[in-house]
Amino acid sequence: MVTAESSQGPPGPNHPWAGSQDTDPHPSVTSFPPATAAMPSSALWAVDLFGRVHTLSTAGQYWELCRDTQLEFRRVSAATQCCWGIACDNQVYVYVCSSDVPIRRREEAYENQRWNPVSGFCDTLLLSDRCPWSDVSGLQHRPLDGVALPSPHWEWESDWYVDENFGGEPTEKGGWTYAIDFPATYTRDKKWNSCVRRRKWIRYRRYKSRDSWAKIPSKEDPKQLPDPFNDLSVGGWEVTEEPVGHLSVWAVSLQGKVWYREDVSHPNPEGSSWSLVDAPEEVAQISCGPYDLLWATLWEGQALVREGINRNNPKGSSWSIVEPPTSENGIMHVSVGVGVVWAVTKDRKVWFRRGVNSHNPCGTSWVEMVGEMLMVNVGLNDQVWGIGCEDRAMYFRQGVTPSELSGKTWKAIVAGRECDQSHCGSSSSLLSAGCFFGDEVRSSGDSAPSDTDASLEVEKPGPALPLLAESLDNPRNPKGSSAAGPGTGRTAEGAMGNACPAQGRGEAAQASGPDKCPGPASTPAELPWTNIDLKEPRKAPSHSAAGIPETTGLSSLGLLPLGLEEHCGVDDQPLWAWVSGGGCAVEACSVLKWFTVQPGLSPSVQTLSLSITPAQTAAWRKQIFQQLTERTKRELENFRHYEQAVEQSVWVKTGALQWWCDWKPHKWVDVRVALEQFTGHDGARDSILFIYYVVHEEKKYIHVFLNEVTVLVPGLNEAKHSFALYTPERTRQRWPVHLAATTEQDLNDWLALLSLSCCESRKVHGRPSPQAIWSITCKGDIFVSEPSPDLEAHEHLLPCDQMFWRQMGGHLRLVEANSRGVVWGIGYDNTAWVYTGGYGGGCFQGLASSTSNIYTQSDVKCVYIYENQRWNPVTGYTSRGLPTDRYMWSDATGLQECTKAGTKPPSLQWTWVSDWSVDFSVPGGTDQEGWQYASDFPASYHGYKTMKDFVRRRCWARKCKLVTTGPWLEVAPITLGDVSIIPEMPDSSRSGHSIALWAVSDKGDVLCRLGVSELNPAGSSWLHIGTDQPFASVSIGACYQVWAVARDGSAFYRGSVSPSQPAGDCWYHIPPPPKQRLKQVSVGQTSVYALDENGNLWYRQGITPSYPQGSSWEHVSNNVRRVSVGPLDQVWVIADKVQGSHSLSRGTVCHRTGVQPREPQGQGWDYGIGGGWDHISVRASATRAPWSASQEEEPSAPQEAHGPVCC
Amino acid sequence: MTDDKDVLRDVWFGRIPTCFTLYQDEITEREAEPYYLLLPRVSYLTLVTDKVKKHFQKVMRQEDISEIWFEYEGTPLKWHYPIGLLFDLLASSSALPWNITVHFKSFPEKDLLHCPSKDAIEAHFMSCIKEADALKHKSQVINEMQKKDHKQLWMGLQNDRFDQFWAINRKLMEYPAEENGFRYIPFRIYQTTTERPFIQKLFRPVAAEGQLHTLGDLLKEVCPSAIAPEDGEKKNQVMIHGIEPMLETPLQWLSEHLSYPDNFLHISIIPQPTD
Repeated sequence: MVTAESSQGPPGPNHPWAGSQDTDPHPSVTSFPPATAAMPSSALWAVDLFGRVHTLSTAGQYWELCRDTQLEFRRVSAATQCCWGIACDNQVYVYVCSSDVPIRRREEAYENQRWNPVSGFCDTLLLSDRCPWSDVSGLQHRPLDGVALPSPHWEWESDWYVDENFGGEPTEKGGWTYAIDFPATYTRDKKWNSCVRRRKWIRYRRYKSRDSWAKIPSKEDPKQLPDPFNDLSVGGWEVTEEPVGHLSVWAVSLQGKVWYREDVSHPNPEGSSWSLVDAPEEVAQISCGPYDLLWATLWEGQALVREGINRNNPKGSSWSIVEPPTSENGIMHVSVGVGVVWAVTKDRKVWFRRGVNSHNPCGTSWVEMVGEMLMVNVGLNDQVWGIGCEDRAMYFRQGVTPSELSGKTWKAIVAGRECDQSHCGSSSSLLSAGCFFGDEVRSSGDSAPSDTDASLEVEKPGPALPLLAESLDNPRNPKGSSAAGPGTGRTAEGAMGNACPAQGRGEAAQASGPDKCPGPASTPAELPWTNIDLKEPRKAPSHSAAGIPETTGLSSLGLLPLGLEEHCGVDDQPLWAWVSGGGCAVEACSVLKWFTVQPGLSPSVQTLSLSITPAQTAAWRKQIFQQLTERTKRELENFRHYEQAVEQSVWVKTGALQWWCDWKPHKWVDVRVALEQFTGHDGARDSILFIYYVVHEEKKYIHVFLNEVTVLVPGLNEAKHSFALYTPERTRQRWPVHLAATTEQDLNDWLALLSLSCCESRKVHGRPSPQAIWSITCKGDIFVSEPSPDLEAHEHLLPCDQMFWRQMGGHLRLVEANSRGVVWGIGYDNTAWVYTGGYGGGCFQGLASSTSNIYTQSDVKCVYIYENQRWNPVTGYTSRGLPTDRYMWSDATGLQECTKAGTKPPSLQWTWVSDWSVDFSVPGGTDQEGWQYASDFPASYHGYKTMKDFVRRRCWARKCKLVTTGPWLEVAPITLGDVSIIPEMPDSSRSGHSIALWAVSDKGDVLCRLGVSELNPAGSSWLHIGTDQPFASVSIGACYQVWAVARDGSAFYRGSVSPSQPAGDCWYHIPPPPKQRLKQVSVGQTSVYALDENGNLWYRQGITPSYPQGSSWEHVSNNVRRVSVGPLDQVWVIADKVQGSHSLSRGTVCHRTGVQPREPQGQGWDYGIGGGWDHISVRASATRAPWSASQEEEPSAPQEAHGPVCC
Repeated sequence: MTDDKDVLRDVWFGRIPTCFTLYQDEITEREAEPYYLLLPRVSYLTLVTDKVKKHFQKVMRQEDISEIWFEYEGTPLKWHYPIGLLFDLLASSSALPWNITVHFKSFPEKDLLHCPSKDAIEAHFMSCIKEADALKHKSQVINEMQKKDHKQLWMGLQNDRFDQFWAINRKLMEYPAEENGFRYIPFRIYQTTTERPFIQKLFRPVAAEGQLHTLGDLLKEVCPSAIAPEDGEKKNQVMIHGIEPMLETPLQWLSEHLSYPDNFLHISIIPQPTD
């Protein structure tokens, strides 16, 4: 028996049981925002002419001033979690957005000791030995007090401490590990020949400068003239799939040199150093895409394209040059996305580069787009923003989709500013917003854009973004800089351009060499701005401009004030200088509130508008509900014995479907299907589904009473629009009725109708009860079942093949519920979702769906195929295998041929959203090209080549995406790997308390959600729980026992968690069962079950209130994929394989029978619905039929007392 | 929490307990018992009174029977108004059951349309739906539907099949996401106090400035006499389906949820009961 000793000793007096009896002295009275407040949002970053940085949330409608307003900026470049910028002091800053999860890095040092007969183990080492304090290799001296923080933006989390965990096992000896000599294999146990020992000290540091601009040390080289940065771009986060969150930060100096910031990643937001990247010519501006595109512009007007960027070489290898669209107007600005390049030439025309992709980063040709822009910026999902040339308004390119990357129209963003908003109360803001929210583009045509000074243009050929630099030169002179306002800027430039050097401010370099100071671009005589893609015609500015020849800067200053007031009024839009959409996730289906007044009642935003005027809205709706109820009472109550005027009649839906026939050879046969509804004598409605088929020219039919149907499962067949229909008998047979429709619409109609009929005949409708059991299939479909009290009865259990499951809209990988109605889910892309209380969605439209609380939900997953090669002496590894070999392109097993071209998304609901790319994250590791080697197929693969390896393979992944609807709202921004909500008894007196919810992020951070309640199921914020290694699974029991599983396969118990101390105090390390790595844990009322990677289910023995960690693991069953222990200590699992009378099903819901207080491990299994189930949560199911008189009898075990053994 | 879907059900399954009595002057062979029936509020009198007709015809001679018509307290009941509307307008303040007098002769040609068969009701019903969709979607939705969809709407009403009806009708209640509602709200306002049968005008669900119009806005615009002055006493009830929605209720929501199957909001303005 392994005991769960811990260096920190047994838990103190406030162990979980004691904690649960505590009454919270501070009942929570905080009112939390409604769940809708947790709408996921990301932000657009922009700089206005005064150098102020603003953000605009995708969920918001106001520009918010950046929290850290000390600095004025010239440029910003955003990623989702951070933003880099160049301030007016020419320094580079990074703004790391705050998050509930800290950025923490571990520092390690090793203490080394050698044994000598005199003093035993001591730090007196041999001369040839390593230092007493070293790094892991022993080569570097590393005393604890010598480990310094890398910058002032970090702080220590705690002091140094010894790491007790050695490969998942506690060392129990102060962390010492023993070996014969340095360097050697270290073991936990001291042996007779252990001459040396070492132990690991660890200490965490935290990045503290979040939500503020942190200065990046400049690259000053005292030997050279200062060369401040001129432009900067952040990207590259998709080059590697690793969770470290690599970022490529590129910068360009005023002298045209290109710099790359080394080692920038999420855990190291500042990076380490600047390194120079050679460029053939002087670079003016640079843009780095999320993936492997990097373009720059040259002062001469061409574009420079970086080639050879990949995960091993994020800096790329070489440059090629792309000529501008026309020779007379060079490229002034360029911006790249994943697969697109947009550019602005000196004449302000906007260009789209055709044919750009990873294989051909240069693309093929330029296409001119409508509109004139100062700059454009490509953000996430290749969405595009621009700053209008004349009005300096912000434009969004509408209609950019994967199939139409160039989009359709420019649409002005007319969001107000925070300051505007603050003038009026929140209730009236919507109305007052009406005055500056408009759908039209404000015409700036009459604000006198001036002619261009031709001579100036010759002198200043620089690709100018002049206004920016200028206005930032006088940040304290708002009048002056705003005078360089819309359209007039170019004239102002003339004068101010000369003023530039005089003003100094580090712009000296600008004055010399090619004048990088604002060079006005020419205004073509005829502006090509057409009205086609703008809602309101704009006046061609050139007409009015023609009237003001040779306007000088001064004169324009004099002319402007009238226009100025018009444009800089409180209600008007800011004038923009720069925009970055690198952190702004807009999708084709997104509903943005940036362009118009908010619609009040369109279903998609109904709840949002509710949150604006909840009281009022609720009042009229409540009144209607109430009056209707009263009306029904008044008009019907005393007259129910009256005859109905209209008798209910049978309504039949018929159609043609295909049926997977019951006889061999099994195949799809055409059938006629009819659904008949009728009203029974008791007034209840029921339906029969008839399936008419022809066999041997004989007409036959089968029929199914819909009140016997237990579940309808859609789309189990990739190629067909099919569904499976189960009854208890069919569940036992593992042989459902498979039906297929010809179109998706047809399938959805049938599914919705049949599902509605099933629900009707069982009188199940509306939102599931808080105690519902939730489950998920391997297709991500969500099912919910109302537990009958007999399900967990002490005797005469309801067989679980009789449970009725109905589908909920949405797509999830995991779902967890609690008996107070809080339900959370996690998608395949690890997005966290909270249940909104609606029902329906997906294919359940109309009556089967609630009107409110249904939202768009998307999910992304990868499809994997394998490229297999065999070595031969002549040509080395080739795609020519032996005749006996597997397919050279195959699935993981090698049995199915899977080519890049032939592999389709998992079902018709999915669409590809990326190209095939090599997956380097496969277990066993890969070489630089992603290959894994083995002696033969199939064998265990390793990531390096040896002499004995004759075959190799590599994994290719391709992302696909599904968009559906369902009663789910995203809980942004942290993505999760696992989640657990405290199971509670419905009568528990905790209703005032917030609900404990624990989660593990997909990066392995353990998190505790604060503020979760029935009214606010999404909670308010995460509390990060520090761990010494990434975690995989967490579960909280009814008495606040928090158990977790770390990625190394060992378990941890969290001490002292209670309502008043939601985070507990410390982790107690619990070794896994011998030679097993745990992967999941589930804690009920008192029972603790864990699951290992080999499908074994373990029960934790010896848990008592005074010793909550228990003493040992007891094997319960094999063949288990997933376990869920509920508030009654009931145990449900997903069994891997279950043999039925007709067929075998994989992924089957099973219920542990014979679970009793004295026998919590139970006796056997009862088998429920199966065939593709992946996940179940019974943690909300807290009712049980009371004991009957014969309670003393031993319940009979319907199944044999061993695991759900497969045949 | 109650869902908006439940409103649709409540509206559909609204029933008025009714007592049919044969007009005293009708000639019968033996005494005619009153006939009690639950009438669906959303249906039409002549569509749901086959049983009534049969019941009274049993006690009458064949030659005394001509087209059936109904009357309440001296007012002939227009079969082409939905039953709920007739009740709200004429009888909402009286005690239940609703006492309707059945006539078989002296058809009031001036007041009523003839209803020779169910086809006449169907034609009337479908023309209302089409008119409503012309207002809501420039007829685009109804025109895109197939003949069988039209039939399903009618059959749904005729057979009192909520699911069958709403499976199609929900399409008539949709509107483009970028709009905030229908083009115009199909409504009719009825008053007993005026000669005019009803008021019907073009009225948009959303104001030019973007905010949603409410029931109060509508009344202010088209029937200002219906609403009480701010400080004045409430003189009228504004009733739909036997309930009085608050004047703050958005009109678009009302149109989606409280319209009759013919897709019109039939609003009754009736004097406030004095007691």
